[in-house]
Amino acid sequence: MLRVCWRGANAAARKCLCGNGAAQPMQSCRRYTSAGDSGSVAGKIVAASLLTVGGGVGGTILYAKWDPKFRAAVEKGVPYSDQLFEMTIGPPPPPPVIPLPKKPVKVEPLQISSVSEASKDSKQPQQMKEKKVAKEEKPPVQQEAPPLPQTIEEASAEAAHIISAISEVPSVPAPGTIDQPAKALPTTASAAEECKECEHEAHAHVVKERPEEVVSARLAAQDRAEHDLLSSLSAKLDDTLGSSAKLTLQAIGAQEAALSAIANHTSKLKEAMDAEGPSDKTSAQWRSLEDALNERSRAADEAGAALLKAKEELEKLRKVINAAKDSKIDAARPQILAAEENLHSMVVDLDRAVGKVQTAQMEAKIVSQYSELVNEAKAQFQKELDSITPEIQANWKGLSKLSPDDLNSLIAHAHRRIDQLNRELAEQRVREQIHIEAALDQQRLENQKTLDKAVGTAISHSREQMRLEQEKKIEDVREVMEAEMRTQLRRQAAAHTDHLRDVLKVQEQELRAEAQEVLSSKLMEQETNYRRVTQDQLDAFTLDMNAAYARLKGIEEAIDSHVVAEEEARKAHQLWLSVEALTYSLKTAVADSPTEPLETAAKAVRESCADNEFAVALASALPEESLSRGIYSEASLRARFYQIRGLVRRVAMINETRNSLYQYFLSYLQSVLLFEPEQLAPPTKLKPEDLDTFKLLSYATYSIERGDLELAAKFINQLTGEPRRVAQDWLKEARLTLETRQVVNLLSAYANAVGLGTTQAP
Amino acid sequence: MAEEHGRKWDRCLADSARTGFGVGVVFSRVSFHTRIASLCRPNVARCVGSGMGLGMGYSNCQHDFRSPYLLHGHMVKDQ
Repeated sequence: MLRVCWRGANAAARKCLCGNGAAQPMQSCRRYTSAGDSGSVAGKIVAASLLTVGGGVGGTILYAKWDPKFRAAVEKGVPYSDQLFEMTIGPPPPPPVIPLPKKPVKVEPLQISSVSEASKDSKQPQQMKEKKVAKEEKPPVQQEAPPLPQTIEEASAEAAHIISAISEVPSVPAPGTIDQPAKALPTTASAAEECKECEHEAHAHVVKERPEEVVSARLAAQDRAEHDLLSSLSAKLDDTLGSSAKLTLQAIGAQEAALSAIANHTSKLKEAMDAEGPSDKTSAQWRSLEDALNERSRAADEAGAALLKAKEELEKLRKVINAAKDSKIDAARPQILAAEENLHSMVVDLDRAVGKVQTAQMEAKIVSQYSELVNEAKAQFQKELDSITPEIQANWKGLSKLSPDDLNSLIAHAHRRIDQLNRELAEQRVREQIHIEAALDQQRLENQKTLDKAVGTAISHSREQMRLEQEKKIEDVREVMEAEMRTQLRRQAAAHTDHLRDVLKVQEQELRAEAQEVLSSKLMEQETNYRRVTQDQLDAFTLDMNAAYARLKGIEEAIDSHVVAEEEARKAHQLWLSVEALTYSLKTAVADSPTEPLETAAKAVRESCADNEFAVALASALPEESLSRGIYSEASLRARFYQIRGLVRRVAMINETRNSLYQYFLSYLQSVLLFEPEQLAPPTKLKPEDLDTFKLLSYATYSIERGDLELAAKFINQLTGEPRRVAQDWLKEARLTLETRQVVNLLSAYANAVGLGTTQAP
Repeated sequence: MAEEHGRKWDRCLADSARTGFGVGVVFSRVSFHTRIASLCRPNVARCVGSGMGLGMGYSNCQHDFRSPYLLHGHMVKDQ
């Protein structure tokens, strides 16, 4: 049954397990299947997630490639993303160029404002000026155009610059006016250049602040550059002027030489024509004429060459002047003007010389024509004459050698010639008008031409002159205006400086007052602080001092008290010692003989307690007898008492009334016959009948046997009559002893007490 | 004081004896010499003398013993 049970249990267990197991495979199958299903599902999920992530990353990369800002943001946010980006889409693009603002930079609103502002931001015009100076020309038109008031800083900067310019530096050129004609040239500036300008201007805009030193340094550098440029320009101008002047002079000289040569030639020609001397002279003349002609031609060539050179030089000069004009340095202006004037004058002179030469040449031409004509006529005449009179030589001046025939033929020829000439003359007269008209026309034409030319040159000259004058006037006006402006500005500056001075003074005062106040407050604070601190210190010090003093005092007192206490102790000790000595001396009582006199001991005691009243009193309370004689010991007193007792018994009846010898006998008899106890305890209260002698004696005996001497003495003191007399000395002794002992006891107790009091436990 | 009592007694006795005998002797001698005939016997004289002496001595003794108690008064005369 057990087995069955066991089996059943097993089976149950197994079934359970199997059940579970049976359930489990299904479940696991289910799970497997679900796992299998879920495997695909998980795979799908994994794939989907991977796809999402990949899509996200790819999208990020693409977008970063497109938008660099995004890329930068991602690179900043996600680490190592920059490497990824670099791998995939290459290095990041360069930072983009700053877009060019076309904001025009204003020129010069003359607003006076605070110097600090001005000095703070005075780099703006510095940059502008620098640009103007550094660059050749071509400030873009936009920049110069309307004075748009921009920021007050720039205005103040300009103003400051102007003020500073007034003080030391040559004034800022008002670039609006004079540069206009110069600007007429560079309107062909390229857009790129303009953009560059704008960019620079933008940069100028971007950079606002410059320190004063830099500004002044820039100003100085600018001035220096200007100065250098000016000097170079002026040098160049001077050079060119000089060279052109030289050349012009040379040309003029050459022209003059040519002129003179022409004149010479002409005169020589005229002379030669007019002169009809001998042939050698004529030939000499003709030779000189030829020389003159050569010279003239040479001179003309030279003049022409010189003229060319001069013209070249003048052209160069003009170019230089233009360049100088374009450089727009005001200081060079008068020089430029002077150079221009010089140029003009040189040109004028040159033209004049050339004109003179031309007129001379024309004259020479006329003269040469005339001479040619004359020569022609002469040749013709000579030919005629030769034809007529062949033997006559050409030199028809030598008429003296001729024969009358010849002369007649000559005269006939001459007449014929004259007729001919008359006819020609008539003809000429007839044709005169026409010829004259033609000649006039021609002349007119020529005149016109020359006039035109002259007019043209004159016009050009005058124009030039006018321009020069205008320029000079402009220059003068500008100078005047500038001077006036300078004065006005100076005035303004003066006013400003005055105002500034006032304001500064006020401010200074205010600041001074404030500073004074602050200083005084601080000072007071410091002082109070200091006082407080010193007071604290003092207090602390005083406290410390007091404490120390108190402690010192305490210590001193303690020491003193110690000393005192020790003194006391010593004294007490001494007292005690002396008292002990006294007590000891009390004991020295040998049987039946008194002690040694207590004098010394008492003296010692008295010495040892000299300042203690109590002890002194006690010590002095010692009875004289004890001091001088000493006292009896108790034992001796006891012994003596017994003697006394017997005696007292024997004289018990004797008193004042009964004191005869018979009474003595009777009392003796009484003492023999009376029997009483030897010792009788005394009652606490004495009754009158206790005052019997015998009873008293018994009491006293009892007391003395008990060692109570005092009580015994007391009893003995109650005796009356003769017994009293008999016991008197014993009583006295007893009293003495008692007294002494009492005193000594007191002293000893006192000494003990004092010793206890002073002695301190270790 | 006790010794005094004893001393007193000694003195007393001694005194009495001396006195007695002295007086006795002296009396006897005197009587002998003075011829107080009644007193024929010297013993009697001596006895008488001794008795007188003793009596003197006794009285002396007594006085001696009383001496502390004796009061001496002075008469103050009223003026």
